[in-house]
Amino acid sequence: MTLRQPPLAEVYEDATLTDFGGWEMPVEFDSIRAEHTAVREAAGKFDVSHMGQVTVTGPEALELTQRLTTNDVADLDPGDAQYAGITDGDGVLIDDTVVYRLPSTADDDYLFIPNAGHDGEMTERWVSHRDEWGLTATVTNRTEEYAMVALQGPDAEALLAGETALDLDSLGRFEVAHEAVAGADSLVARTGYTGEDGFEILCPAADAATVWTALDCQSCGLGARDTLRLEMGFLLSGEEFHPRDEPRTPYEADIGWTVALDTEFVGRDALATQTRGGVDEKLVGLELIDRGVPRHGYEVTDAEGEPLGHVTSGTMSPTLGAPIALAYLPTDYTDPDTSVRVVIRGEPKDARTRATPFIDR
Amino acid sequence: MSFDVPDDLRYLESHEWVHTEAGTARVGITDFAQDELGDVVFVELPDEGETLSAGEEFGVVESIKAVSDIYAPVSGTVTAVNETLFDQPELVNEDPFDEGWMLELELTDESELDGLLDADAYRDQIE
Repeated sequence: MTLRQPPLAEVYEDATLTDFGGWEMPVEFDSIRAEHTAVREAAGKFDVSHMGQVTVTGPEALELTQRLTTNDVADLDPGDAQYAGITDGDGVLIDDTVVYRLPSTADDDYLFIPNAGHDGEMTERWVSHRDEWGLTATVTNRTEEYAMVALQGPDAEALLAGETALDLDSLGRFEVAHEAVAGADSLVARTGYTGEDGFEILCPAADAATVWTALDCQSCGLGARDTLRLEMGFLLSGEEFHPRDEPRTPYEADIGWTVALDTEFVGRDALATQTRGGVDEKLVGLELIDRGVPRHGYEVTDAEGEPLGHVTSGTMSPTLGAPIALAYLPTDYTDPDTSVRVVIRGEPKDARTRATPFIDR
Repeated sequence: MSFDVPDDLRYLESHEWVHTEAGTARVGITDFAQDELGDVVFVELPDEGETLSAGEEFGVVESIKAVSDIYAPVSGTVTAVNETLFDQPELVNEDPFDEGWMLELELTDESELDGLLDADAYRDQIE
């Protein structure tokens, strides 16, 4: 298998690279800690071109996307975006995404962002359901056409303001506008995955290097992207949910606020049943009291050593200087400050549950 | 990028260094190793008095992105561990050959040192 290369591959040849979702992506440019701190205190830029871009256009583009995502797409005015789950018939998350209703000047009506490596599968999902339901909409996988650069941090607005005529002051959180950035025809969204203010810029792949270079700030890799999202308790596809290895509903994953049960979508009935009966397990934050670094797959037990679940993601939080994790635990154990243990190389380490985000944002 | 490889040390292929003086061996990980790992956030070391065999895994060093075992270059009894690393693991990044040392061993068999890489051989390995 050949790894897919993002359009920016040539501008970051010094970075350490890794295979992520079938893409060869930078893990770190300088150090994860330095990149993380830059985003929390100033600004950083990430190549997120590995995220999918699928457009849906036509008279029934809304209907199609409504019936395949958990949130209420009809709520979106042009220029609005929303976070949503994509569930199967059992209400199990197969992906999470941001759905954009594009500004009227854009060529397409809706754009959604599947996770890395999911663009082909999600395009196929939209196409096959469209055909099954006899809806009129054009579904196009534009992942190879677009580059996506995330500019995140308290200084993001000032940096971007120097490169676009867009009135950034009037671009609210989860809004998207169509405007040139560094001369490149772009979609600019006030979204991100770090907990900081910031933007995600979609531009033609051919202009990626121009946009990247114009944004003069710390280059950041997937390592910092992971520590930043984990401090916020944001889900990562493949870790906090996976249709086979970690089948979880939005309620279990603690994103029940993305589920609009008053809309019709695949998985809706199963989720309506679960919301009536409640969930047995739920995603919760953990902070280790003992020394150690919790990581994906480590067992979580109660104070007596009885197994409760396992860590889905964990790291040493650069902001807190403390080991943090996410784990699915029985709901009896999800109140903040419940004592649990994380087993690291056979040794139980004291930990306590915590509400997320782990940091004040 | 070029890495520090002091001439007066011996090395393991798994990127540990050893410095010997009067029957005592001081052990750590190399500049190359700390750079590969990135930000070191946790170090687990054996207790004083434990005996280690050459090639045995004696501890763990963790960075934000990776977990790595550390191996004993030579056999011996642990006479000191660098407990400063428990609170300041970043010393492994900042000063891998000095303040970032990990443990000291009383050597069981000095001839084991002959089987280790010298600086030139280790330089060839990481180039």
